Amino acid sequence: MGLLIKTMQKRSIKLNGLIGLLQKTGHNSLQILASVGRGAMFIMSLLPALPYSFWRFDLLVKQIYVAGVLSLPIILTAGLFVGMVMSLQGYNVLVDYNSEEAVGSMTALSLLRELGPVISALLFAGRAGSALTAEIGLMRSTEQISALEMMAIDPLKHIYAPRFSAGLITLPLLTLLFIALGIIGGYMVAVGWLGVDEGAFWSQMNSHVDWREDVVNGIIKSVAFAILISMIALFQGFNAIPTSEGVSNATTKTVVHSSLGVLGLDFVLTAVMF
Amino acid sequence: MSDQTLIEIKDLTFLRGERKIFDGISLKIPKGKVTAIMGPSGTGKTTLLKLIAGQLKPDSGEIWVEGENVHKLARKKLYGLRRKMGMLFQSGALLTDLNVFDNVAFPLREHTKLPEEIINSLVDMKLQAVGLRGAKNLMPSQLSGGMSRRVALARGIALDPEMIFYDEPFVGQDPITMGVLVELISKLNHSLGLTSVVVSHDVNEVLSIADYVCVISEGKIIAEGSKEEILQGESEYVNQFVKGLPDGPVPFHYPVKPYLSESDGAVN
Repeated sequence: MGLLIKTMQKRSIKLNGLIGLLQKTGHNSLQILASVGRGAMFIMSLLPALPYSFWRFDLLVKQIYVAGVLSLPIILTAGLFVGMVMSLQGYNVLVDYNSEEAVGSMTALSLLRELGPVISALLFAGRAGSALTAEIGLMRSTEQISALEMMAIDPLKHIYAPRFSAGLITLPLLTLLFIALGIIGGYMVAVGWLGVDEGAFWSQMNSHVDWREDVVNGIIKSVAFAILISMIALFQGFNAIPTSEGVSNATTKTVVHSSLGVLGLDFVLTAVMF
Repeated sequence: MSDQTLIEIKDLTFLRGERKIFDGISLKIPKGKVTAIMGPSGTGKTTLLKLIAGQLKPDSGEIWVEGENVHKLARKKLYGLRRKMGMLFQSGALLTDLNVFDNVAFPLREHTKLPEEIINSLVDMKLQAVGLRGAKNLMPSQLSGGMSRRVALARGIALDPEMIFYDEPFVGQDPITMGVLVELISKLNHSLGLTSVVVSHDVNEVLSIADYVCVISEGKIIAEGSKEEILQGESEYVNQFVKGLPDGPVPFHYPVKPYLSESDGAVN
């Protein structure tokens, strides 16, 4: 009798575990769906407020400074080194085929099409996106956003819109600077150090890089990444639980979601474009 | 709605998760008077202010301010209504990237096109009223809790609102400041013809300035009326709260199962 009860108890624990797992999965999926819904609603309410950020130019300029100018050191340094490494690696492969002059066009193409937009976006998410989330999360936890609402100042227009527009403007510009520095880095290594012919370096690049195909597509990519990162960063700040733990979680989520999002979107865009 | 009522709350119910914060309360806040809303902490006094200002939506019931149903207003109209409201947050809620002067000037700069000299003198006047004109170049991080609340008060009255909501204005103030604030709230109300709603549990300070008092406990209004009516009332609840007695019908504990039954469960 005792044995029977014991086995039944064991089974019911197993069953409970299984039901618990199902319940957890259901609960988590519902939460994910709910946050997707909240995100969509947030974006829908932000869109009509966007033109306002161009009307209040002072707010926009401040955010461009915070997101763009302050990101310059990391973007420029990274660009220079990425270009140098590309050139070095490219040279080592190309020299076996006696076509080391192609290192210029190779560096430029890989920077314009992939590395420039993607690495700039990843750095931007870590440098500016995380700061955006933390700032808005803390503004909410200290009731600053509530206070703005009570002063009849719409936080969508005053806080969210200028930050979004600033991201949209700065990331493509940062990407172009990243690429320019990368090409300079590549030139320094290939021509200055490894002795590739200067004229061949530039002329190869000139003849292989297409304006529409390479430059414009790269810019389109970085605009898409800018929209993605700004949306994620703003929404995570908006959606953060207003405590220290909540804000730190939201900041982490911004970096993780936007990095993965950038890489995924990059694949899709590359598949469509090239 | 009569001319004497500025804010009318009708049968308001508000839930936070499973817990009923308000359970069908109705309340009229008279125009031009100081109305005090009192109650033990955790009864949702701050929540009530946020509901009146339309920052939270009730689960049922209506709130009418100046003859408009707050929760039915379009965004633009709601913001129009809020321009007539001032709110003093418990934390102060100053904008941390601006100094004291710019914080007080902020609503003026956003909502008016006044020249900078006039804004200067207006801000000085408001800061003088709360005794902090000398602190105008400090940043919010350099202020004590009590000082930030006074700056927030100066900001709240910057646009000369018609109604002003004070969320626990006396918490963390030294006795002198407390006295000044009590006088300031009452003076502002009577000289500018404001309608003030003070949410607080500092019984003596509030009762000294309130014209009309409302006591909330456990989601219901347990007493309302003039100061005298409240003080002379028979209600045990009110008596306990006003006199600060440890024993009585107002629960000190957050809702929970009886101690013994819960520990029993843990033992078995």
